[in-house]
Amino acid sequence: MTNKLTRRGLLKTGAVGGAGLALPTIFTTGAHAFTNEPSGGTVTLGFNVPQSGPYADEGADELRAYMLAVEHLNGEGDGGMLNTFSSKVLEGNGILGKKVEYVTGDTQTKSDAARASAKSMIEKDGAIMITGGSSSGVAVAVQSLCQEAGVIFMAGLTHSNDTTGKDKKANGFRHFFNAYMSGAALAPVLAKTYGTDRKAYHLTADYTWGWTQEESIVAATEALGWETVQTVKTPLSATDFSSYITPVLQTDADVLILNHYGGNMVNSLTNAVQFGLREKVVNGKNFEIVVPLFSRLMARGAGENVKGILGSTNWHWSLQDEGSQAFVKSFGTKYGFPPSQAAHTCYVQTLLYADAVARAGSFNPCAVGEALEGFEFDGMGNGPTLYRAEDHQCFKDVLVVRGKENPTSEFDLLEVVEVTPVGQVTYAPDHPMFAGGALGSCNPGA
Amino acid sequence: MLGLNKKDATLLGVVAVLVIFAPFILNPFPADSAMAQFNAGYPDLMQRFVIFGIFAVGFNLLFGLTGYLSFGHAAFLGVGSYSAVWMFKLLSMNVIPAILLSMVIAGLFALLIGFISLRRTGIYFSILTLAFAEMSFRLAYSVLTPITNGETGLQLTLEDPRILGQTATENGGIPVTNLFGLEMRSTEVLNLGGWTFQFNNGYYMAGALLLVAFYISIRIFRSPFGMMLRAVKSNQQRMNYTGLNTKPYTLAAFVISGMYAGLAGGLMASMDPLAGAERMQWTASGEVVLMTILGGAGTLIGPVLGAGFIKYFENIFSKINEAVLHSWFHALPDGLENAIVWVLEHFVGSGWHLTLGLLFMLVVTFLPGGLVEGGQRLGRLFGRKKDAEEKTATQSTPAE
Amino acid sequence: MDAIILQILNGLDKGSAYALIALGLTLIFGTLGVVNFAHGALFMIGAFCAVTLNKLLNLSVETVDPTRTDFLGNPLKVKTPYVETWFGPEFGHAIIDWSVPLAILFSIPIMIAIGFIMERGLIKHFYRRPHADQILVTFGLAIVLQELIKHYYGANPIQTPAPGAFRGSFDFGAMLGFDPNTIIYPYWRMIYFAFAAVIIGGVFAFLQFTTFGMVVRAGMADRETVGLLGINIDKRFTIMFGLAAAVAGLAGVMYAPINSPNYHMGMDFLVLSFVVVVVGGMGSLPGAVAAGFLLGILESFASMNEIKSILPGIDQIIIYVAAIIILLTRPRGLLGRKGVMED
Repeated sequence: MTNKLTRRGLLKTGAVGGAGLALPTIFTTGAHAFTNEPSGGTVTLGFNVPQSGPYADEGADELRAYMLAVEHLNGEGDGGMLNTFSSKVLEGNGILGKKVEYVTGDTQTKSDAARASAKSMIEKDGAIMITGGSSSGVAVAVQSLCQEAGVIFMAGLTHSNDTTGKDKKANGFRHFFNAYMSGAALAPVLAKTYGTDRKAYHLTADYTWGWTQEESIVAATEALGWETVQTVKTPLSATDFSSYITPVLQTDADVLILNHYGGNMVNSLTNAVQFGLREKVVNGKNFEIVVPLFSRLMARGAGENVKGILGSTNWHWSLQDEGSQAFVKSFGTKYGFPPSQAAHTCYVQTLLYADAVARAGSFNPCAVGEALEGFEFDGMGNGPTLYRAEDHQCFKDVLVVRGKENPTSEFDLLEVVEVTPVGQVTYAPDHPMFAGGALGSCNPGA
Repeated sequence: MLGLNKKDATLLGVVAVLVIFAPFILNPFPADSAMAQFNAGYPDLMQRFVIFGIFAVGFNLLFGLTGYLSFGHAAFLGVGSYSAVWMFKLLSMNVIPAILLSMVIAGLFALLIGFISLRRTGIYFSILTLAFAEMSFRLAYSVLTPITNGETGLQLTLEDPRILGQTATENGGIPVTNLFGLEMRSTEVLNLGGWTFQFNNGYYMAGALLLVAFYISIRIFRSPFGMMLRAVKSNQQRMNYTGLNTKPYTLAAFVISGMYAGLAGGLMASMDPLAGAERMQWTASGEVVLMTILGGAGTLIGPVLGAGFIKYFENIFSKINEAVLHSWFHALPDGLENAIVWVLEHFVGSGWHLTLGLLFMLVVTFLPGGLVEGGQRLGRLFGRKKDAEEKTATQSTPAE
Repeated sequence: MDAIILQILNGLDKGSAYALIALGLTLIFGTLGVVNFAHGALFMIGAFCAVTLNKLLNLSVETVDPTRTDFLGNPLKVKTPYVETWFGPEFGHAIIDWSVPLAILFSIPIMIAIGFIMERGLIKHFYRRPHADQILVTFGLAIVLQELIKHYYGANPIQTPAPGAFRGSFDFGAMLGFDPNTIIYPYWRMIYFAFAAVIIGGVFAFLQFTTFGMVVRAGMADRETVGLLGINIDKRFTIMFGLAAAVAGLAGVMYAPINSPNYHMGMDFLVLSFVVVVVGGMGSLPGAVAAGFLLGILESFASMNEIKSILPGIDQIIIYVAAIIILLTRPRGLLGRKGVMED
């Protein structure tokens, strides 16, 4: 290191030699071609996951997946999905020969805290990419921060249409599926299983994700002949859903759709079963409950109540394709239990980012974004997948699952009913549910 | 100086020096050393220190002087943030109108809530303020989404009118907040040996406002008005019996305190133009109560210290993960390393809340006057009884 | 009509939980003058007593079943709970099934012990300190307790089912002479309401008809005078703290089957229970109970579609609206006494 006093604005040079120091340069001008250009032999990724609050367990699972991905990128461990990934540019020597390092932070599942944490990764630790999160509010907030700061954001678990709809950003990419896809995949299975003459009652978490899911499911089921009796918003803070469940009994609805996630889902499902909804017969048909977005981690909290309930999920560890098996094997060997869908999407996002950098030959967010746009790949557990250029959403098969009747272990809660082919869940980029936003242009910072 | 006595002037001077040199003081470790994890001298956290400092100083004007414990102060901060972001969306990206509007709106909101809540005292007052704030939060999160953008938080878009500014920059981005062209987010970096120091425009603007806010707070503490508020705290009933109506005084304190919160909210939005509804939740209101008590309620510098303390833990301790711990102790024998890491990982990373909770208990048990008392004790320990308060400032802040 | 009766039942059910938590909180307020922010955590620990007993009873011996494989392709380890190997599968299974009711017995000594330790070890040093200090120290304690639970049990909710016989629901309306299949209500929620009524009645009877209770009531009214009479009020206050902890804990144990417990459920109830206590009036036990049921019922009615369609979002804020109206019309809540925590 030099001891000379160097002012970036004056000399327009970084005084950082090859010292292996990742210098935080957010929002500064000059010197670097883009924000946090890695210098030296390492590159830093920022894993921003919920470590406190209701989604802390999901965050912990995401972190496990990230650490596994870093291992594999650096050539340690068994390589996992690197062996099955259709693109072969990653060689297990880090990214572009730079060893991958990482920093972690706590989003607390609050947009403010998540942005603070992401900012500290960018400003203090020199992170070149931010990824993670377990809710859509956080994903959208952090995505717009990354756009402003000029780093890439690889979304974690976020299911709202808005993330790649009206709040899409050029620097943000989502591998996880969305509410529209859930509806498109689920509705035909619902119609096949429960018939096309059904009356649905929706309970919906009263915030943006809940609304987009309700809208998507209502549209998809009505298209197949279902009638929507009522849609009721429930407060996010609700813990006891009894006063929302009993009115269902007063209507002639014969299906209850729970647009809830996490603790809300566990409680509303448990309460619905308590009130005997599943034993009820309405209009000569068995009353049914549907949970459009299933999370295996969360479903454990509802125990026996999930048995036989239909829903959709991004990925499940019991999939038999090569990629899924490789991932489950390395994750299971390292941690002793199978990965969740959140872990899967985070692992894949990290690999996809690394691969895009390697193909672009640069860490520049604009080059990376270009490499990801329109990228087609396979071997990552979801079949052939496209990262669509128009909205940075991955298009791939969607799983329709059902709560398993006779689980063989505490992890064996869901069984795959149908793998809905990608064609059936694809929509036009200007679909009304996704309209209203623009990607804008990519921002390399600096 | 400036109408302050010598002691207060020294205190203000010390705070000014700390604010100006914070980028150095908070970055005591070289950037590539293992201890760099404890550096807090990066723009976002420094901004948070001063902004929450302003918030807590304002809260203390109410609680420290009058004894009225508001449990809904975060509502004013939230309202301030929303006003500022709306100003950025509609008018221009200059922070001055945004901050002014956020103070005005927060002040009006405080006038309304204060007028109603101050009809009651003690815990009844606390619950009334809590009720108003929780209502604001819940409505902002759900029904008021057209105004607040709900769960995601209100943010700028490429379609905003910004009648006095530009809707989008030439290269298709959203313009950035500025003070007459001086970008809030731009940072000068100084590399000095192994050290990296960052000087951020936004931080210095917020810092300057902290000094102004702190100065006004000293003046209020020393004024007849402040005296009156203290009298309310010691015995409101007696005040009323003497035929004096105390409500205008307490209401004035409430509104001033709300405007401080609005200023903090406006500044938060100016540094990072997004306003989330969680800013108004009861946990956020509780946080400023904790900051003030932790630092030392009723003292001038205490709330600022408390704010720094809590924000430091939230932002620094939560980022220490297992890998970092292993890198610190890798020189030790394997068994010992794993044992130490196993113990410590309960307290850092996802366990940062545990550390914070334990520290709350320890501080309040052993330092009844908060961190300020800790500083005073240290001061006495070194045998310099005079300027105890000044000592506090210099002793405690570098530890942040 | 039946819609309204159902919502009243729901309200009584929610109100039971609010009233039980508020009862303990106001006992501590009234007797010790302490603002206990850790009271929600006591409720949460109660629920986790049920979880813990369930886990203990499910401690299993592992045997390898070579015919089946686990998710990695290794031979599957089959778990058989020890109680089933000791007492035979049927009786063992019945014990596990009844773990929540058993947890009541299990939790009482634990909760009383926790109460004693909290009071003797921490709270008693704060009797003469300002309320602000009490808030800070008990809030710190609440964080520590919930982080410890999170560390051992994770953040996700953990299902703790009621005994199989009480898991479903029954036709409550038919028993009252309504048309069949109009008012169907879960067994366990009925049990919860009855249980709450018994506990609340028990606490009142204890305070009303025992010498101990009389002294405590006297202490609540005028602590100094009672102390001057040579009665060891401190010791009785410790016991009161243990009692309050036990009430909160029992409320938690019985609540576990209604909603799967998670580590932050205490914080979810904390603010609400403070509102309940204050609306009921500081220092008034009947006030706390009445406010608990009142707010529970109001909350249930506000979530009816008919009301929500007139006032969107009213179910989000009804409790706070009610609190504001009551506190503005009745300065000391429903039944509050003058001078308690008014300064």
